[in-house]
Amino acid sequence: MPDSTFLDATELVLNMGPQHPSTHGVLRVILKLDGEKVIGTECVIGYLHRGIEKIAENRTYAQFAPYVDRMDYVAAVSNGLGYCLAVEKLLGVEVPPRAQAVRVILTELNRIASHLIWLGTHALDVGAITPLFYCMREREEILNIFEKYCGARLTTHAFRIGGLQYETYDTFEQDVRAFCDMFLPKVDEYEELLTGNRIWIGRLRNVGILTAEECKAYGVTGPLLRAAGVKWDLRKAQPYSGYEQYDFEIPTGTIGDSYDRYLVRIQEMRQSVRIIRQALDGLPGGPIMGKVPKVIKPPVGEVYVSIEAPKGELGYYIVSDGSTQPYRVRVRPPSFVNLQALDKMCRGALVADVVVVIGTIDIVLGEVDR
Amino acid sequence: MKQGGALRRFLRKVLFIDLIEGLWVTFRYQQPKYIYTEQYPAERPKIAERYRGAPRLNTNPETGETLCIACNLCALACPENLIVVNSERDEKTRRKVLTTFTYDTSRCMFCGLCEDACPVDALELTQDFELASYSREGAIWDRQMLEEGPRPTKYAY
Repeated sequence: MPDSTFLDATELVLNMGPQHPSTHGVLRVILKLDGEKVIGTECVIGYLHRGIEKIAENRTYAQFAPYVDRMDYVAAVSNGLGYCLAVEKLLGVEVPPRAQAVRVILTELNRIASHLIWLGTHALDVGAITPLFYCMREREEILNIFEKYCGARLTTHAFRIGGLQYETYDTFEQDVRAFCDMFLPKVDEYEELLTGNRIWIGRLRNVGILTAEECKAYGVTGPLLRAAGVKWDLRKAQPYSGYEQYDFEIPTGTIGDSYDRYLVRIQEMRQSVRIIRQALDGLPGGPIMGKVPKVIKPPVGEVYVSIEAPKGELGYYIVSDGSTQPYRVRVRPPSFVNLQALDKMCRGALVADVVVVIGTIDIVLGEVDR
Repeated sequence: MKQGGALRRFLRKVLFIDLIEGLWVTFRYQQPKYIYTEQYPAERPKIAERYRGAPRLNTNPETGETLCIACNLCALACPENLIVVNSERDEKTRRKVLTTFTYDTSRCMFCGLCEDACPVDALELTQDFELASYSREGAIWDRQMLEEGPRPTKYAY
């Protein structure tokens, strides 16, 4: 006769996901629980694996551009920018200033859209339903601008290697300016809803703390790193696409908990509006496409280019063997790298905090699994 | 919002000011002029001019002949290889004549590379966005379907 029954068991293994609504897609987290305390977690990923890096090896450089939008589909424009910058560096192509400025405007708009999705879904996970609708409503305006500019809303394929395919439409500047004016008061509204709310603070304060040293050890980048107090933003550290011309601040947090990350992302949205306004004021004229050969055949070599995507450092490592197709494309996705800090942040927390921590990392499973 | 003395913070907490602030935001939005929902099938969305939707093979509006010169560039540009162009050579004029044109919309990701590649603006991604069909075969469009465009069900309201 066994001397221990089920009721005596102190440890319980629980599967969270892959269909759990707060895992933002198809992430499976195996939780080891002691009562309601989390002793350890393990992530099972790959449910959304489409082999995008392998697909790249059978496509020409121009043909692969639409696929990168499908990794982080919430911030498709940033993905496209990173890929285009990498191939341009490989080719040694200069992008005209007008194309650079338009790229900055669209990427920053996309950063706002990505943060809005994060804010809405994260608040929904925690229990605040209202912000989701407001965030979606403002995001709709951004998507309308994308639709008018390039003809697609989500997986935009907005940029081409060497510059832009589409010239801005007639009321582009007007639309973006109207959005900027409309958007800043809305951010204040989100803050009214959440920043001072005692439930929001109670759920987020001191949950999922990641110190600066731990962030660096795990390779965590983006708002998580900045919330820990590290002033690290690739737009400032190694400017690309003309970011050195724009004046903006890097918002940082103090202790690196979920609440700090929320404040950092809210501030980043305001800074993005600031960048967009500056870029619109100094929008140069001229061509939008650099001198790119019709058949893109980069010289033999390899290149790594990283940009500051909404979720962190997004890097593209491309190896060229001199043919029309890349020999290897490796993507450094911010969500994937940031996700590995989940275990560190969850240990010792409660089950309900796991939901908060997954939300605060801001993962997109399309990017984690690729 | 967070500055102020201990008394102020205490009063904010006791009087539920933080919650009332949030409720006031939602209260302000109850006016009907803030309605944002689109009554979709009854009310058609305004599609942007550059929208990349259903493909169309353009014809000459006067003669009804296809503009396609069967150069196969769209098929080569397509990342998914979903366009099949067949042609035969006309013995009299020595020109390529389009025979069949197949476009598999089920695999299409509407990236727009085919319309960029087309030298005569024959292939175009249009503003039609209702591409649903009852079978997988229905998503594979032949030349006739591409020239006429999709015919989505119109609902009466």
